[in-house]
Amino acid sequence: MIPAKFDYHAPSTVDEALRLLSEAEDAKVLAGGQSLIPVLRLRLAAPEVIVDLGRIEELRGVREDGDALAVGAMTPHADMIADPLVREHAALVAEAAETIADPQVRHRGTFGGALVHADPAGDMPTTAVALGAEFLIAGTRGTRTVAAEDFFEDLFTTAVGEDELLTQVRIPKHTGWGSHYEKFVRVAQQWSIVAVAAALRIDGDSIAEARVALTNMGSTPVRATAVEQRLIGIAPVADAVREAVVDVAEGTHPPSDLNGDADYRRHLATVLTGRAVLAAAAG
Amino acid sequence: MTVTEERPTTEVGTPRRRKEDQRLVTGRTRWTDNLQLPGMLHLAMVRSPVARAKITSVDVAEARSAPGVLAVITGSDVADIQGSLPNAWPVAEDQKAPPHPAIAVDQVSFAGEIVACVVARSAAEARDASELVDVEYDELPVVLDLAQAAADTELVHPDLGTNVSARWVFDSAEACSGGNVEDAIQEARDGGILIERTYRQQRLIPAFMEPRSVVVDPTGEQTTMWSATQIPHILRLMLALTCDIPESKLRVIAPDVGGGFGGKLQVTPEEVVTLLAARQVGRPCKYTESRSESLMVAHHGRDQIQKLTLAAKQDGTVTGLKVELLADMGAYLGLVTSGVPILGAFMFNAIYKFPAYHFACTNVFTNHAWTDAYRGAGRPEATYAIERLMDELAQEVGADPLEIREKNWIKHEEFPFTTVATLEYDSGNYEAATAKARELFGYDELRKEQAERRERNDPVQLGIGVSTYTEMCGLAPSRVLGALSYAAGGWEHASIRMLASGKVEVVTGSSAHGQGHETAWSQIVADRLGVPFEDVEVLHGDTLVAPKGMDTYGSRSLVIGGIAALRAADKVIEKAKVVAAHMLEASPDDLEFSAGKFTVKGTDKGTGIGDVAFAAFHAHDLPDGFEPSLDAEATMDPDNFSFPHGTHLCAVEVDTETGRTTIRKYVCVDDVGKVINPLIVEGQLHGGVAQGIAQALFEEAVYDESGTLVSGSLTDYLVPSAVDVPSMVTDRTETPSLTNELGVKGVGEAGTIASTPAVVNGIVDALRPYGVSDVPMPCTPHRVWTVLQAAGASGGGAA
Ligand SMILES: Cc1cc2nc3c(=O)[nH]c(=O)nc-3n(C[C@H](O)[C@H](O)[C@H](O)COP(=O)(O)OP(=O)(O)OC[C@H]3O[C@@H](n4cnc5c(N)ncnc54)[C@H](O)[C@@H]3O)c2cc1C
Repeated sequence: MIPAKFDYHAPSTVDEALRLLSEAEDAKVLAGGQSLIPVLRLRLAAPEVIVDLGRIEELRGVREDGDALAVGAMTPHADMIADPLVREHAALVAEAAETIADPQVRHRGTFGGALVHADPAGDMPTTAVALGAEFLIAGTRGTRTVAAEDFFEDLFTTAVGEDELLTQVRIPKHTGWGSHYEKFVRVAQQWSIVAVAAALRIDGDSIAEARVALTNMGSTPVRATAVEQRLIGIAPVADAVREAVVDVAEGTHPPSDLNGDADYRRHLATVLTGRAVLAAAAG
Repeated sequence: MTVTEERPTTEVGTPRRRKEDQRLVTGRTRWTDNLQLPGMLHLAMVRSPVARAKITSVDVAEARSAPGVLAVITGSDVADIQGSLPNAWPVAEDQKAPPHPAIAVDQVSFAGEIVACVVARSAAEARDASELVDVEYDELPVVLDLAQAAADTELVHPDLGTNVSARWVFDSAEACSGGNVEDAIQEARDGGILIERTYRQQRLIPAFMEPRSVVVDPTGEQTTMWSATQIPHILRLMLALTCDIPESKLRVIAPDVGGGFGGKLQVTPEEVVTLLAARQVGRPCKYTESRSESLMVAHHGRDQIQKLTLAAKQDGTVTGLKVELLADMGAYLGLVTSGVPILGAFMFNAIYKFPAYHFACTNVFTNHAWTDAYRGAGRPEATYAIERLMDELAQEVGADPLEIREKNWIKHEEFPFTTVATLEYDSGNYEAATAKARELFGYDELRKEQAERRERNDPVQLGIGVSTYTEMCGLAPSRVLGALSYAAGGWEHASIRMLASGKVEVVTGSSAHGQGHETAWSQIVADRLGVPFEDVEVLHGDTLVAPKGMDTYGSRSLVIGGIAALRAADKVIEKAKVVAAHMLEASPDDLEFSAGKFTVKGTDKGTGIGDVAFAAFHAHDLPDGFEPSLDAEATMDPDNFSFPHGTHLCAVEVDTETGRTTIRKYVCVDDVGKVINPLIVEGQLHGGVAQGIAQALFEEAVYDESGTLVSGSLTDYLVPSAVDVPSMVTDRTETPSLTNELGVKGVGEAGTIASTPAVVNGIVDALRPYGVSDVPMPCTPHRVWTVLQAAGASGGGAA
């Protein structure tokens, strides 16, 4: 299928990209193109201008920045998976990124693109919410920082304005935490039907801190703060964990589609949260 | 001139890598969409977004003046010349079929139907302009539910007066091939076992890898069409009849074709539209569908409701089967739409001997895309039904599913066996295949593990699925097709050209779309003529090169087309023998031919077939009256079908907490008769089994209540990839077919036919302790969980 006509720009700096965005009537940012190109090809969108971020070096890569990792928005999933800093301080993200599609998609698709795309079934937003990431958003009037809980506004909608760019994501270090991303799919290369991100700090025989967030259980990632609280202080064994997570899906509004209805998703979320927490404790 | 060396005749049976794979796998080949012709134009189709409506207006003014556009064609522009797309299988004398226009004229009957076509300089311009065509629809109520459609409350085609296209009935008492099924049912009711079930064969989408593509060049003396089709010969004839072109003015080429699975066994609206467009503008035109279009409008498969009644004695001996089918035709009849469910009629009795059988099928129109052949076509549906029922019977009797099958199947010493459905099975050995599968599978150990898991209430239960199938291959004896009122024969043609240099060209009318004919035919002919494999070239897929043929479907190519090639080779040898005798100054009767060489019996005097070919070419010194050519042709029309069979065993783990099924072990032992190339056989089985697993677990074409295809992309229509399919253990037994001289049976559809019931039987077996006796396909985690919830609510529970 062939997209409608558009003008194409490939700036090499963030400033130039922002200028192009502010000048154009109807512009769209292109990152890895793994979500945007299908949308264009199906003609669900027909922007007049495409601003490709692929040549902006400053947007790529992972570095340490105090007690956080600073991740450039244009860092591909494959780099996140391989990056030793990510594996050490934010293993949850690498683990979840491994479940995305196939090698081609993982080499093209980017961390920032997946976050701004904000698909409720996407895996990256949930990890960012679970680990309490912060988002740096640049506009012509400067850069602002938005917390994870304010970043995802609705399905396919984030705090990033039409003429703004997500430039960097700061992920607080979770060094030494056990983590697990439990993704439920019918075929390997599928978006999450439901998934659960869990990260735990174990102290002695019990859970000292916990982060739990759910994918595709609402229009944005769901952070299960009540469950997190209940996990603290208990031993990570099957019965206790199952009891602690039993109402994790309460109050959620998951979708109903060909893969399952809302009730089934709520049931799945409960089962998978138990499994995710136990696996996080084990690894 | 070549001197043919003596070689052992070992090509047949050798696992040769396929000679065609290099070009197919790299894609650097003649896929239709790769073709570029001088001055070629591009087409885009405007398709109906609604399932049923009157077309009140089509405004093409804006599209016509868009950049690059040469023409916009609407249904009313071509109403008088487009004819009606053909249905070659009127299954009943009073079969009802609506006119089937390539471009809808005043109404549309399913979402995706073509309402206009844009011809432009580039594909992009055609696509852009297609969005400017303004069509107004007056929507009408849609008919989607099969049972409701059959009740005729709302009509898809009011002019027909009914939604029922045809009814087709077979009854063993009437056919004198068995008893009366109602008697068997009454007896079962009075003290035997009666099993009544309704199964749904969900709608599937063939989802071949290469989307359909067509190029038409109208500029030569013959109009040439390249099409990604399975049926260049049938297509040529049908287009000639449909579009009123002399057959001799049309050349059809199926270049390399990337899969079909029956989905390219069709005369398509897109082919007709491209032909009409090219003739109108007088320049070559190309149309290639997008994946979305392909999923929406390339014909679908299956979609039947099967109401089944199985009668048996207390000991598990089956006494009769009654089958009532509702089959969804979709909105129109395609080439063999109406015949697909009827092919299944001959297979519900499968490998079993029961004496009474009744089959009744009602073909019904709805506002869905039309259905037609899809890998197995009628036989997977039938096999599923009977293999599921045999498991239900085993459960009822309290016997092992394999035992109950053995009690009922035809013993190997009972062949040839005339079935209750009137087919004559020539050969088979179900005992041997089952014994081998059972051992490879570790059947008894897995049953033990299953018992342990049940005992300890393991949340992950183990199930063992059994499927002992047979099928009919080699479609088809022309007389049988005639009796079933199919419009054509089932023969196949081959010719062999002995080139002056001793090389060999084999021309086959059965053109592959991924099956590996070039390799297999080369092996057969190399052996027969005693020439090196590399010296044999197989040509096909072009009505100019291979003027006669019946094409590729129904696991027919090898058993009919391969045998035709073999017979043509034998005729070459007969001719060559006359020349060789002349060269050797001997009598033809004194010659023997072996490994490519004619020798005078009892001497070392001889000559190679290559030398004979050269002698026939220069013709300087041939026997008096000998026509200087060794070339020969043969047309094979089979006397009977061939009947592959086998035993598939599938162990599944079902996670009762999530409903998820994982295939733990898959073993299949298939008897496809003599094997020409074991690698090709294994490849066909792997692909076939994967496709059957896909029906059991993953794939379903789903429409919403307005008639829009919801599973309209590969994100929602889940075709499994390699990682979603288990590693399989494949093995064989070899009981030669007696219906052809190679003893071959066909393997193209076997895996698909056998595997679906193996998987579903496994899932149901895993869940028996919870009181579950069926899970509708595809057995998605959600469905399995829902079934478990319902069973739990009704008092079931793990043992
Ligand atoms: C077959 C397939 C399977 C997939 N499966 C999964 C899966 O299982 N799980 C999963 O999480 N994802 C999956 N994805 C999506 C993948 O993660 C994509 O990479 C991601 O959704 C989009 O990232 P991208 O870099 O390709 O962004 P693009 O497609 O280029 O852009 C996506 C959107 O974000 C905007 N955008 C991108 N970057 C910025 C920026 N820096 N600032 C402002 N706006 C921006 C774009 O304008 C666009 O609207 C899949 C994709 C494919 C093709």
